[in-house]
Amino acid sequence: MTTLLETDGEKLLVALRTVLEAKGIATAQEIAERIAVTDAGSPAQGARMVARAWVDPAYRAQMLQDGAAAAEALGITMRGAPPLGVLENTPTLHNVVVCTLCSCYPRAVLGYPPFWFKSAAYRARAVRDPRGLLSEWGTVLAETVRVQVVDSTADYRWMVLPMRPAGTDGWSEEKLAGIVREGDMIGVTVPAAA
Amino acid sequence: MSGIFAPGTPVRVRDDWPETRGPVHIRTPHYLRGKPGTVVRRLGTFPNPEDLAFARPAAERPLYHVAFAQDAVWPDGRSGDTLLVELYDHWLELDEHRQEPGP
Repeated sequence: MTTLLETDGEKLLVALRTVLEAKGIATAQEIAERIAVTDAGSPAQGARMVARAWVDPAYRAQMLQDGAAAAEALGITMRGAPPLGVLENTPTLHNVVVCTLCSCYPRAVLGYPPFWFKSAAYRARAVRDPRGLLSEWGTVLAETVRVQVVDSTADYRWMVLPMRPAGTDGWSEEKLAGIVREGDMIGVTVPAAA
Repeated sequence: MSGIFAPGTPVRVRDDWPETRGPVHIRTPHYLRGKPGTVVRRLGTFPNPEDLAFARPAAERPLYHVAFAQDAVWPDGRSGDTLLVELYDHWLELDEHRQEPGP
């Protein structure tokens, strides 16, 4: 007897799609739409939200109140995605997000998580020694800054709204979005005007 | 078990280890069991993932954002730094005896 793990992946996928359609669970079109939505998720989407929040106080307020609504406002599809919460970095508070239990990640706005986000080392050290971990990313925070580790354990997904770096006065929204990296929205790094 | 926890309420995570009693799916990290924290906000209600994972009927349960002082969780935790974690109400107990303000 062939076990599931030994089965040819393509054949298994075709079989699964056929059964899903036959049972009325998901049509081929629905699956194609979902794949397109998943593929559209990338750090560039989150960066657009951050840049808008930096130039538009009303948008920033909306983003902190309801991240999913703020994402939808920029045309990012959130249908079927978990609720999105956004946590703001300030001169006295730095957020860093981890999922110690698995790999919860705001995929709709940041895409697939980077490989290290799912590693046992990151998951363990982020909660246990966040300042040591951040320093290895080159992120050294002042003693007066409180580090808040956000363990994403349940039904929300969390992203960080970093602080707008100095030296970016007068920059366009597009140029601002260009300096926001995925690590800045997880909280392991902070954006710079370079 | 609980009613509704208002923001600022001192709570303690139940020191319970259901994984020692059989197959479970738990969204409460082991490092927080028995630790004192403070309710920050209510995040809404969601079907209990502990039942969803086994395809059992899942009642809606309140989910909270709870803050913990790093030095209340780890022996070498840095004073002033915090953890912020989503926890379901059935894992939280009112911590009536705690006087000191939480994080």
